[in-house]
Amino acid sequence: MQSIQNLEKIATQVRRDIIRMVHGASSGHVGGPMGSADFLVALYFEIMQPDPHHFSMDGVGEDIFFLSNGHLSAGWYSVLARYGYFDFKELATFRKMGSRLQGHPACHEGLPGIRMSSGSLGQGLSVSIGAALAKKLNKDEHLVYCLMGDGELEEGQNWEALMLAPAHEVDNLIAVVDYNGQQIDGPVDAVLPLGDLEEKFTSFGWKVLTMYGNDMTEVVDTLKKAQWFTNQGKPVMVLMKTHMGYGVDFMTDNHEWHGVPPNDEQMKIALSQLQETLGDY
Amino acid sequence: MSDYQNFGSKDTRSGFGEALLELGRQYPDVVALCADLTGSLKMDAFAKAFPARFIQVGIAEANMMGIAAGLTIGGKIPFTGTFANFSTARVYDQIRQSIAYSNKNVKICASHAGITLGEDGATHQSLEDIGMMKMLPNMTVINPCDFNQTHAATLAIAKHVGPVYLRFGRPKWPNFTPADQEFIIGKALLLKEGNDVSIFATGHLVWNSLQAAKQLNEQGIHAEVIDIHTIKPLDAERILSSVRKTGCVVSAEEHMRNGGLGDSIAQLIVRECPVPMEMVAINDHFGESGKPEELLKKYKLDIPDIVAAAVNVIERKKKK
Repeated sequence: MQSIQNLEKIATQVRRDIIRMVHGASSGHVGGPMGSADFLVALYFEIMQPDPHHFSMDGVGEDIFFLSNGHLSAGWYSVLARYGYFDFKELATFRKMGSRLQGHPACHEGLPGIRMSSGSLGQGLSVSIGAALAKKLNKDEHLVYCLMGDGELEEGQNWEALMLAPAHEVDNLIAVVDYNGQQIDGPVDAVLPLGDLEEKFTSFGWKVLTMYGNDMTEVVDTLKKAQWFTNQGKPVMVLMKTHMGYGVDFMTDNHEWHGVPPNDEQMKIALSQLQETLGDY
Repeated sequence: MSDYQNFGSKDTRSGFGEALLELGRQYPDVVALCADLTGSLKMDAFAKAFPARFIQVGIAEANMMGIAAGLTIGGKIPFTGTFANFSTARVYDQIRQSIAYSNKNVKICASHAGITLGEDGATHQSLEDIGMMKMLPNMTVINPCDFNQTHAATLAIAKHVGPVYLRFGRPKWPNFTPADQEFIIGKALLLKEGNDVSIFATGHLVWNSLQAAKQLNEQGIHAEVIDIHTIKPLDAERILSSVRKTGCVVSAEEHMRNGGLGDSIAQLIVRECPVPMEMVAINDHFGESGKPEELLKKYKLDIPDIVAAAVNVIERKKKK
């Protein structure tokens, strides 16, 4: 078991990686991955603990994760590397020609840890349901996790999937919504309000939990609680309130940091707020 | 070569349904998904025999494609079933990202393709699907010609690793290929030899092309008829060897000229062996309601249209 302090240290390094990767590529997304970094670190290092050295596409016999909002790739790649799936020095190739670290995750590039390409939004929950159904057919008792964005919920396919999972009792699935309230064109409530998500998911037949996603203790505790609610006939949804750009003051809660790379000066200030805990790539 | 006999007309979708049931018995990893068209797709026998491996997704094709992609992670071999339009145009980005780009072992099985769908009209008559699917890297595109071949193709794609688009139809149609004929993906079938013109056909129009060849024969024209059941990968070797012999080409398909089989063949011969070519296909037009035979006639996909195209292309060859 990891100490909370250790998980926080890893998350801080992941945030540094994100800033440096997006700066290095002069393109990419910082806001979303910064906000969900605590969740991804907790998920890999404490909750799922998959074997990073024997990655198999089928993921039989271990918990598996799908990133539906593929633009969070920088954060996911950092977590995968820091967890041991590949050498963290490879993070320097992010978004560059010939890299396995494509702008959005690409499962055929041979990067261990990635089982599905994502980027075009709204598809990950359906994929996760399929993988969860395959686990049931295989009598594999491990779980499937999926992270989605809140703005992403505007895609209609999600609601097809949200309807199907309870109807088919896909209760080996934990879906997490990164509820930071921001999307490219502005606050989600200004672009297309989502209404009361907790009520919507509950009425669709999901077991819904809420958590604050930028507090490591709460993230770990809530995910363990979510695990406890699996295999009880309902899929589990975690509404995770986060701050876009969390960890750097001028990026926090600012939708303008959805998909803009920091310049040299901005990177300097950002990194001064994030301690190098595990060594930069 | 003797004439082909119709063993008794049957719908190609039933060939799919019967083979799917056999696959269910043969392969424990085969699963089937359907978007509220189980009866139309002839998937009911599979659904009844293997309820745990049949997933009714409701009228939600995008979700169906995503679930199918997810099922492959865990080693399942998913077969999705709905009409051709809802198997392609409606879910193109889901197929593009989660199946083709991700290179997942999903079998997209599409019924009611082409204008012979008939009375339902243009909304349901998919005439663009071959084009959409063949443009996707990693995708194999198959359009069998009769019941037996659809049956054999369904069995064959289960063994093929990678995404496949299998296109078949609604009406009862002459069933003339041998029941025991092995289906080899990417291997065109020479049905009738001839020296004057090469007719390359796919789907239902293979039978029409054989009938056209018979009529041409009566005029002293010896047409070669080749069944291109696999549009991608295209059997370039077989096509080019026929074209080099005959020196002119007719393509025949129930699909738009843009993006169809004729388009693939034209791309090949313009590079390798430019010769006159005529395309029997829909020319940039939506379909409409009507009986299949009426529609084939109106949209110039009928036997006389193939005959006329052959006569015309031979004239062009002579003028060269």
